[in-house]
Amino acid sequence: MTAATDAPAPIARRAPPEGVLGQLWRNIVHEPLTLFFFVVLVAIVVIAVFAPVIAPYDPVEQSLLSVNEQPSADHWLGTDQFGRDVLSRIIFGARTSLVLGLLSPALAALIGTTLGLIGGYFGGWPDRLLGRVVDLLLAFPALLLGILVAAALSSGFWSMVAVLTIAFAPRFARIARASTLSLRHEPFVEAAVAGGVSHFRIILRHILPNIAGPVVVVLTLWIATAIRLEATLSFLGMGTQPPQASWGNIIRDGLSNMYGSAWPIVSAGVAITITVLAFNMIGDAVRDVLDPETRA
Amino acid sequence: MGMTIARRLIDAVPTLLLVLTLVFIAMRILPGDPALAVLGEHATQEQLAEFRRKIGLDLPIWQQYVSFLINSATFNFGNSFANNFSVAQLVKLNLPYTVELTIAATMIGTVIAIPVGVASAVNRGKAIDSGSRIFSLVGYAVPDFFLGAVLLIVFALDLGWFPINGGGDGFTSRMWHLFLPALALGLIKAAFVSRLTRSSLLEVARKDYVRTARAKGASERRVVYRHALRNALLPVITGLGLSILSTLSGSVAIELIFGRPGLGSMLVGAIETRDYPVIQAGIVVFSLFVVLVNLAMDIIYTLVDPRVGEVS
Repeated sequence: MTAATDAPAPIARRAPPEGVLGQLWRNIVHEPLTLFFFVVLVAIVVIAVFAPVIAPYDPVEQSLLSVNEQPSADHWLGTDQFGRDVLSRIIFGARTSLVLGLLSPALAALIGTTLGLIGGYFGGWPDRLLGRVVDLLLAFPALLLGILVAAALSSGFWSMVAVLTIAFAPRFARIARASTLSLRHEPFVEAAVAGGVSHFRIILRHILPNIAGPVVVVLTLWIATAIRLEATLSFLGMGTQPPQASWGNIIRDGLSNMYGSAWPIVSAGVAITITVLAFNMIGDAVRDVLDPETRA
Repeated sequence: MGMTIARRLIDAVPTLLLVLTLVFIAMRILPGDPALAVLGEHATQEQLAEFRRKIGLDLPIWQQYVSFLINSATFNFGNSFANNFSVAQLVKLNLPYTVELTIAATMIGTVIAIPVGVASAVNRGKAIDSGSRIFSLVGYAVPDFFLGAVLLIVFALDLGWFPINGGGDGFTSRMWHLFLPALALGLIKAAFVSRLTRSSLLEVARKDYVRTARAKGASERRVVYRHALRNALLPVITGLGLSILSTLSGSVAIELIFGRPGLGSMLVGAIETRDYPVIQAGIVVFSLFVVLVNLAMDIIYTLVDPRVGEVS
């Protein structure tokens, strides 16, 4: 094979003729359990997007006349200690979870991949320092890192984004750096260097497309973790602040009202579990297509 | 081998230094003025300046850094803002509760995970295997604090079998208070470790020595427990070791659910009241745990598998 500058990407070569998305779709439809959770996931996304239309009540509207009600035709999941409709809070909580659960891993992927690409491509002491810091941060479970960063920051939406991004970025930096290192001396990259192509263009045109597969796999697998992490931090009072609804702070509020009603805790907990499960299942399906070697 | 262990120990020093540096950066350079955070927005300029002077924030940054390193090394974080306890005392009071929770959760997790993993590997593809897969899928997804809340509501609140909060006094009472929190964390751990046991066992089952044992006519039970499981346990032990850190981070939320004392509730409480010295100590202690557990795992790995030390 000639070392052409436009050598086909290893990922592209491995991909089946129908394309990555076609293969993914076939895998999802093929397995009933995955298909089921795919439908669930679509439903959750629809609920989050159309929350104001779907929710029967205003999620922050309090009503002291209907406190701690059991589920009824008016309030399907009952009301909490402030008389707020639990179902509406769960529906709006889906928004919080999805926005943070998608935004933070995406930002982490952007930042981590950029650092990993630059480090792996240029090498030298900045790369060694980056490698060391990344290894160190990876020694922390994402949750612990999230808690520690949240402890140092004040609370609020953008702090939350920052916390989750810092917790996840090292994962992407490691993958991008390792893949870039292994590509750095591939004939098609060296040929491009010899041909006088700019570093920027080499990274963008020749390296990035080849490491995109593993990065996307990590991205889809970390969405579920991001959602759980957001819930945990909000539960601890370090994340989404009331009255804005988040599944984590619904459980936090519910805990101080255990004697009143267990419905908020149970509803929010089930919502988190189902959403995380659905993202995990779809993440596994994506991994099976893009990264078949690691298939369990 | 002694050399390798010594090298790992020496290696841990720059790692610790890097951890402390990162903590320092997080606490001092990230946006947010601790003086403002503690005293609130209504504080006067003089009060803020006085506070900054008191905790050394008026010094040049390198001087702050050096004194932070010295204070961390000697574990001198001053006194809590909230009460007159020294921070070191607070850590000493809370540490045992978190340690006992982590140990108990790991024990419960192991006791559940290994038989489940073995059963599902031996009965691969059968109902019991599917059952354990569902257990794991749910276990990966359910937040530990939600599981804790459910256990609390059902077994403590409704049935009244267990205490609702606190850490307990005296051995029996402490174990009594420990059971539900440890069960919540242990079940989550079991979801992960049982999968690990299963895949590791299936991996080993393909090896020649297992086939040989079978060909010799050893009973299936003997093949599984004497030949396969023993060799399959190494990755399981590593997984268990690393899961100690997830359990430790999970304990933060679990302590809050069960109203238990511990490092997690200490840190969360300090964040709520902006108790700066306690926050700082909490972060350092948790980070120290991470470095120590990783160091211990490295050393155990070297002891169990001498080949590890020879590479690099």
